[in-house]
This record gives sequence, structure tokens and C-alpha cells, in this order.
Amino acid sequence: MIQTQSLSVYYGDKQAVRDVTFHAPAGKITAIVGPSGCGKSTFLSSLNRMTDLIPSARIEGQVIVNCCDVQDRNRSPAELRRCVGMIFQKPNPFAMSIRNNIQLAVREHGQRDRQQLNQITESVLRDVGLWDEVKDRLDDSALKLSGGQQQRLCIARALALKPSILLMDEPCSALDPIASATVEALILSLKERYTILIVTHNLAQARRISDEVAMFWMNDGAGEIIEQGPTETVFSKPNHPIAAAYFAGTSG
Amino acid sequence: MTKWSLSTLSRLKSDWLFTVVTRSSACVAAAIVFLVVAFLISESIPAIRQIGVGRFITDASWHPLSDQFNLTPMIVASLTITLGAILIAAPLGISAAIYCQFYAPTAIAVWYRRLIELLSGIPSVVFGLWGLVVLAPIVARLGGSGQSILTASLVLGLMILPTVALTTQAALRSVPGEWLAGGAALGFCRSSTIRRIALPAARRGILGGLLLALARAMGETMAVLMLAGNVVEMPDSIVAPARTLTANIALEMGYATAGHRSVLFVSGLFLIAIVAVSVSLAGFGGAVDE
Repeated sequence: MIQTQSLSVYYGDKQAVRDVTFHAPAGKITAIVGPSGCGKSTFLSSLNRMTDLIPSARIEGQVIVNCCDVQDRNRSPAELRRCVGMIFQKPNPFAMSIRNNIQLAVREHGQRDRQQLNQITESVLRDVGLWDEVKDRLDDSALKLSGGQQQRLCIARALALKPSILLMDEPCSALDPIASATVEALILSLKERYTILIVTHNLAQARRISDEVAMFWMNDGAGEIIEQGPTETVFSKPNHPIAAAYFAGTSG
Repeated sequence: MTKWSLSTLSRLKSDWLFTVVTRSSACVAAAIVFLVVAFLISESIPAIRQIGVGRFITDASWHPLSDQFNLTPMIVASLTITLGAILIAAPLGISAAIYCQFYAPTAIAVWYRRLIELLSGIPSVVFGLWGLVVLAPIVARLGGSGQSILTASLVLGLMILPTVALTTQAALRSVPGEWLAGGAALGFCRSSTIRRIALPAARRGILGGLLLALARAMGETMAVLMLAGNVVEMPDSIVAPARTLTANIALEMGYATAGHRSVLFVSGLFLIAIVAVSVSLAGFGGAVDE
């Protein structure tokens, strides 16, 4: 479960996200839609404190992940990111073997037993439907995989840490339509076991896979949520006139 | 994807001129390597023919005027001092680069880089002078006169430090940001992201930098000449004096004649050979992790 209360994000003096109060229920897929540059990705990365990596970024307001305040100074961001997996727009497997891509982080977090590691590797690769494609070449470089396979590997890599939440930043937008459909089906299959937030430009995709949807719009230079609720309601009867125009394809 | 070859695009006159100019510059640069090596070989041939390669190792000592040409103590001195310098410069330089790239605030990083660049611009004779006046007396407390392998290694280590630091930082800077973000998103803390992701990805660049530094250390003459003591003896400890191949050439070229002079060219050839072997070793190391 993820909840934000009056969350604002600044880059230096410039506000990127304004006053977002948002809720993503557990075990559901929540889509975040809206035009480019309206703060969707910034919002997403503030949820697992990836914004910490940008020196000028600053957060105001509250983010609650699984009942804990993520800005609690006693909790390390590393600990938070372990239970909040993140998938990026461009698949970013490390330049190492498929096996090491998955095991690197698991080992880092204390699991050393080789048998356990291999078991985790197999189970997450099965979860993402990659096992049969790569089981004979686990020691090949991950960079040899196709784009869609790389993205599924990145999802497997995140799953290996047994997170409860997955943040996905346009996970299909760098993929061809067939790979994109495979990843989309995979995301659907992960629902219920994980709380999923997915940023997407693709309204049809948002409508197909999400249970809840939140729409961002740029207002006075910063992103705000102008519409949120159950996907079917939002798409069929949007309250906000801009959202209605955007979904109808006449704006944005 | 179609690969466009630029050479098929146009045959304009300005293009032709540009091609000729760049191609000839490339030829000159390549030719210099061959010319220098060829010159060294041709000057060495008399010594190799008259004395034979074996005697450079088997002769009793280095007394060129009495026809004794044992180069081993000097080869050992060159290798030891270079190795010492690398052992000092590698950890310092790599750590400094990591700090500069991943920890330092931007303002400090910029100035720090300038400082390191300045360090690389200090003339070696100034380094030698500093080593002689400041460092040698300190090393002398450990034994010996202070002009020793240790003193030369320390100063040489500082001299090649900028090479290691700057090349390592360039290698680290070229690690794709997505990998670092990916590491952070997997719950790696900053030091683990650096150790597990950035350093392995930058390994080739770092190795290349160490190699450049090694070649520079091997070829450095003035500072070593001032600091190593220049006694031709097989060194028995790190505070013992030693004479490197480079120092030997510089010291004796002035009065060397005939066979002796030719032997000095042989020692130059040895230097190039050592550098060439390490370059190919590094190339081999790089090829393995492809």
C-alpha cells in the first residue's frame, strides 16, 4: 500500500510536483497517466526516494509505504528500496551474466547459499516467463538478450528481493509491440501478489491493465493530480473537463 | 541497421583535402613508432653481434670500460621502482577518483580535478628536488643514505598519481547512469553500487590508465636519477640504492663510445620491450572480460 499526503517535489527552486494526495491500494495495479513532462516519473521516484540521488531535489509532504513514513530518518533508503522494486523505461540489465544480474543484489542483502541463490534465480525467471528461454545460457551476458527479454530480466531482478511493491516507469515504451504485449501480460500476472504502480503514456494500456488510475496534468509549471479513482469510472465518466478532453483524444 | 560509411558520401574537393591531411597525420604518428624502434635496433646490432644477448645477463658486473656488461641489476631496479610506484599510486589514485566522481560536491570536485591536473604538470626535476631535500632524509632514518629504491618509488608514485586518478575518473564517468540508478533501486547503498557495479564496469578503463602510468614510471629518468642513488648493484633491500636503465643511459651516454654506446641502446630496447609486454598483457586482460 502506498499513500501520499500533500506531496510536493522541487528541483532547486522549481516545483515539479505539487500537493499530490494519492492512494494506491495493495494488490492492485494503479496506472499513472498524463502528458510528457507533467511530473509522473518524478512522482514515482519520490516514492522510493530515488530523488535522493539528484542533489537539487527536495521533497515536502508525506509518503507512506506499507504503513511507514519513507522519509523517516531512521530508515535507510536502501532498506526502503529493497521492498519497493523499480523498473525503468529503458531496460538496464548490468553488463554481466544473466545469473549475476539476478543474484548480485540478493547476495548483497545477505543470501550467500549457492543452492538458495539458484533456487531464487529459477523461481523469479519462471515468474517472468524467461526460464525456458534462458535456462541453458544463464552465464551468457545479459546484454545479448532482446529488449523485451532484458526488461523481463529487470523485473525478475527486482522480484528476487521479494518486494511488496513494484514501481514501473513506462516499462513498455522502449519495446516493440510484441515484446510490449508480453511484458504487459506479465505485469497482469504479477497483480495480487504485488502492489503495482505503472506510469504509462498509453491510455489503452492503462485501461486494459489497471484497477485504479490517477491522471497528472501540468498546472502553473508543476504536475498535479486532476483525476483519480477506479479505472472504469475515470475513463467512462471523468469529472475534470481536461481529463475528459484528454481521454477523448482532443487534448494533450 | 544500415551502417553508413562516410567514405561513400561525397567526393568534394574539400573532402579530399581533409582526407589527405588526416591520413598523412595518422601515417606520421604511426611511422614515428617504427622509426624509433628501427633506430634503436640498428644502433643495438653491433653490441648484440659482438657481445651477444646472453652476456647482458651472465657477465660478472657492469663495468663497460672493462668489457663487463651485466644489465640485470638495472633491469631489476627499473622493475622494482616501477612496481613500488604503481603500488603507491593505484590505491591512492583510484580512491581519489572514486571520491571525486561519487562523493565530492560539484564545486569541490571541479577544483579537486584542477589540482590533480596541476600535479601532473609539475616538472619531474622539481619532484626530484623535493624528494632529495624532504623525503630522502626521512627515508634515511630507516637505513641507508636516503637515496634508495623506496625514495624513488614514493616520488614516482606521486608523479604518476594524476595519470591514475584522471583516467580512472574518466572511466567511472563513462559508466551509464542507468546502471547506477538500477543498483540504487535494488537497495545497494552508495559504496556497494560503486564496488559491485561502477568499478567492474569501468575495469578496462582503469586498467588502461594503470598501464599508461606504468609506462610513464618505467620511462621516468630525471627524478629517479636524483633519488635512487645510482649504484650499480643488485639491491638487497628497499632502502638500498639502485640504478635504473633510464638513469644508466642518462649518466653514461655522455662519455660512452663504440661498444659501450651500443649497449646503452640495447638497454633502451629492453625498456621498450618491457612496456610493450605490459601493454599486450593489459590488452589480453581486457579481452578476457569481453
